[in-house]
Amino acid sequence: MIQDQYIKVGMADLNVAHLTGVLKTTGLGSCVGLTLYDSKAKVAGMAHVMLPNSEIAREGSLNIAKYADTAIPELVRRMESLGAFVRRMEAKMAGGAQMFAFAGNSDTMRIGPRNVESCKDMLERYGIPLRAEDTGGSYGRTVEFDCDNGILLIRSVQQGVKEL
Amino acid sequence: MELFHRFADFQMDVLKEVGNIGAGHAATALSKLLDKPVDMLVPKVRMVEFEEIADSVGGAEQVVIAIFLRVEGETPGNLFFILTLDSAKKLLRNLVGIEVVDDEHYSEMEISALNEIGNILAGSYLSSLADFTQLYMSPTVPSLAMDMAGAILSYGLLQFGQMGDHALLIDTKFLDGNEEVEGHFFLIPDPESFDKIFAALGVGDA
Repeated sequence: MIQDQYIKVGMADLNVAHLTGVLKTTGLGSCVGLTLYDSKAKVAGMAHVMLPNSEIAREGSLNIAKYADTAIPELVRRMESLGAFVRRMEAKMAGGAQMFAFAGNSDTMRIGPRNVESCKDMLERYGIPLRAEDTGGSYGRTVEFDCDNGILLIRSVQQGVKEL
Repeated sequence: MELFHRFADFQMDVLKEVGNIGAGHAATALSKLLDKPVDMLVPKVRMVEFEEIADSVGGAEQVVIAIFLRVEGETPGNLFFILTLDSAKKLLRNLVGIEVVDDEHYSEMEISALNEIGNILAGSYLSSLADFTQLYMSPTVPSLAMDMAGAILSYGLLQFGQMGDHALLIDTKFLDGNEEVEGHFFLIPDPESFDKIFAALGVGDA
């Protein structure tokens, strides 16, 4: 894969690709990398979701890519503007790990699983099937999503490379 | 981010001093453990974008060893002690005479030793800070992870995540005399902690 075909998705960011390109996000910990794909239109989208719910937001101008409940609608909207249809979309996701093990079980510590739950809720609301996931655990992941074939490549330090 | 625009230069200097004192004590502790001089660089206090948080330790995908403590009490925040894999190995060799053979996997003994080193250093960082500010700070039990820097450090950003896309980072780098061991202390106070730190040190905007 040629390096400049990478389309970077930063932390609390989202991006879309049409026909070619590989969407990539690095260092997912408790964040969730969620991808949507319409194989017929060859439109791919990826969101790097950091927090489950925008209700807790205290920021002035909301970064909608940061929260699961706002990122997914925006991702769907941007993919539709490239010719994708929501009823053809399929989802995959990775991340949502719990990086540190603590005796305490406060909400912040459980942020990974909560991100995953919130993403699933949103997918259900849109009727988008979740084809595959690699979530949980206690390790970080880097993911690449190929717009050409809809394959999600997951790299982690301890588990090596995995394809979904 | 509006919250931080009103930080004056002298307040940034105070935060730098906070990093200096904390890491200074930790470096002394490390120097005693190693029985070697340890140098410390002037702390950097920066507003960083979330994306850039891992830049000073080699980027989001760089594998590092991190000991994380959540600070509770009057000024909650997150404290990371970060070592490169290479430095961790040297620390283990110098300190406890363990030779790491396998780069990928650390044994329980090695992890436990690193955890304890992290605990000592982070503990001295925090207790000196608590003495200096006369604020109550209580660390959680430390937790160790060996993983991508981005995945680890993003954990320290969650409190800032609700406020904006930047975090205030107090980064102190230190090296032992032969520049063999390189480590970083990252202190990321929660957004609401700053007023208390400033007030305690007499630079609040009263």
